[in-house]
Amino acid sequence: MTPEFWIVQTFNGLSYGALLFLLASGLSLIFGVMRIVNLAHGSYFLLGGYVGLSVVWRTKSFPLALLAAATAIALVGMAMERLFLRRLSGQTLGQVLMTVGFALIFQDLALLIWGGDPYSLPVPLPLQGVVTVGGFRFPRYRVFIMVLAAVIGAALWLALDRTRIGAMIRAAVDDAEMAQGVGIRVPTVSLGVFALGAFLAALGGGIGSGFLGVYPGLDFEILPYAFVVVIVGGLGSLPGAMVGSLLVGLLDNFGKALFPELAYFTLFAPMALILALRPTGLFGRA
Amino acid sequence: MRTRGVVAGLAVAAAAALVAPALSAYPLTLLTQAAIVAVLAMSLDVLLGYTGLASLGHAAYFGVAAYAVGILTTEYRRGFVVCLLVGVAAAALTAALFGLLAIRATGTYFLMITLALGMVVWGLAFRWVSLTKGDNGIAGVPRPDLPLPWNLGAPLPFFYFALTATVLAWALLGLLVRSPFGMTLLGVRESESRMRALGYNVWLHKYLAFVISGAFAGFAGVFWAYYNGFVSPIDVQLVTSVETLLMVALGGPGTLAGPALGATMIVFLKNFVSVYTKRWLLILGAVYIGVILFAPRGVLGAFRR
Repeated sequence: MTPEFWIVQTFNGLSYGALLFLLASGLSLIFGVMRIVNLAHGSYFLLGGYVGLSVVWRTKSFPLALLAAATAIALVGMAMERLFLRRLSGQTLGQVLMTVGFALIFQDLALLIWGGDPYSLPVPLPLQGVVTVGGFRFPRYRVFIMVLAAVIGAALWLALDRTRIGAMIRAAVDDAEMAQGVGIRVPTVSLGVFALGAFLAALGGGIGSGFLGVYPGLDFEILPYAFVVVIVGGLGSLPGAMVGSLLVGLLDNFGKALFPELAYFTLFAPMALILALRPTGLFGRA
Repeated sequence: MRTRGVVAGLAVAAAAALVAPALSAYPLTLLTQAAIVAVLAMSLDVLLGYTGLASLGHAAYFGVAAYAVGILTTEYRRGFVVCLLVGVAAAALTAALFGLLAIRATGTYFLMITLALGMVVWGLAFRWVSLTKGDNGIAGVPRPDLPLPWNLGAPLPFFYFALTATVLAWALLGLLVRSPFGMTLLGVRESESRMRALGYNVWLHKYLAFVISGAFAGFAGVFWAYYNGFVSPIDVQLVTSVETLLMVALGGPGTLAGPALGATMIVFLKNFVSVYTKRWLLILGAVYIGVILFAPRGVLGAFRR
């Protein structure tokens, strides 16, 4: 185990964590406001990757691809919430089964439209290659992901903490009934948060397809990671999603590098431990 | 009502047994599959329907038992009785361990924790290649070698074998849910705080229900491994857990006949639809959504009230 191993793996873990943050922050907020366990959240990530790919093929524009993918999937998420999930408020099992139904449909539609071959989003030239810092070489694209996630994280935090809309969302997370009572339109807040969550997940999918690729099965592969982040960090907590993402990114990377046979175990076992000590997660409130 | 349910259940089992010899190989295979999966669905209903706990990781216990059978038969050449005992014990132990972590949580938290714990088992099945053969799965699980006059390698005797196991599991679960213990579980489902105030140890009842449910899922897993002859991470994946939930929801939670009916419907639907179209996932997805929208209390629930 050279120092290089530790530095490179830490970097890889943190950059993967940054990607997970995009996926999980939305899931956490959706849960916080609506108490919905959205099993279609990984599908947003998958579809974001595929839509981004199609847009890049047509327009050759990377930023446009990310924006179009995220916007399109945000609309899909809004439709799901408004037309289907809203009828099931409070029915945990119904919500789970319904979101699974959507996940299966999305999976099959993606297979129908984009086929079974794995693709990778072409990364624009300025983001290719490596940055050399102190003799260590870091892929530029992963640095970009970390910077972008940091910017989005900061923006989300500012929006939640410092704006009127953010205060409304926090109120709905804390106590939806009371928030409704003081005149906050909780259904509208829910719709907005759902759209935001789908937007971020699809953005993550678009960006992620630059280095993870996009392929059938990615949706259910990435979903558990998002769940672990949310469970570890605490449901509905943005700081929790930040810390949880980085923790999960590191655990996953070091787990796979040090104990390849137990890779998932090294991810889930610490989660179980945290739950045993703090059932609401690191930053969650009961 | 109680006797009517028993009579109806036995009648269905007897009808299946009578019809079986007239069936060709394919429907008989599906019927065998349905009989085994019905046990899995009934075991989940002990948690979901009777105790009010929606577990999203039920495939874990099913899969642990199936893997136990896979490893014991192919690596150690063990017989049926050893496999059955070890399989069910392994599933119960896994549930006993996971229950310690999961039972503290309620509602959505319980759902997410069981999902993540189920993923632990999937991760091990997928990655612990030296034990589980990873993605390739364990092939070549032989049919049981019991000293019976019938050859369990043939479809019809194996169907009777599986059906007997299903009836046995149904009878045991029926006794369980009608026992004072089962009644207490119903009480917990209806109002945990009231049961606690009455002096019941709610945690212990939920925990025992969790372990028993896991053990019966393992019972199903043992027969599944023998039926399929093959064990792979597919058996423990999230989709399998969710599909089991769908079976219970479709048939009607809070009954034993409901999940069995739901399991049969899903097994036949899946296989028939996939014969006619490649788009069966799309249709299955629509079934999920349709069940929730149009039959939220399941097929039996729709008839009952």
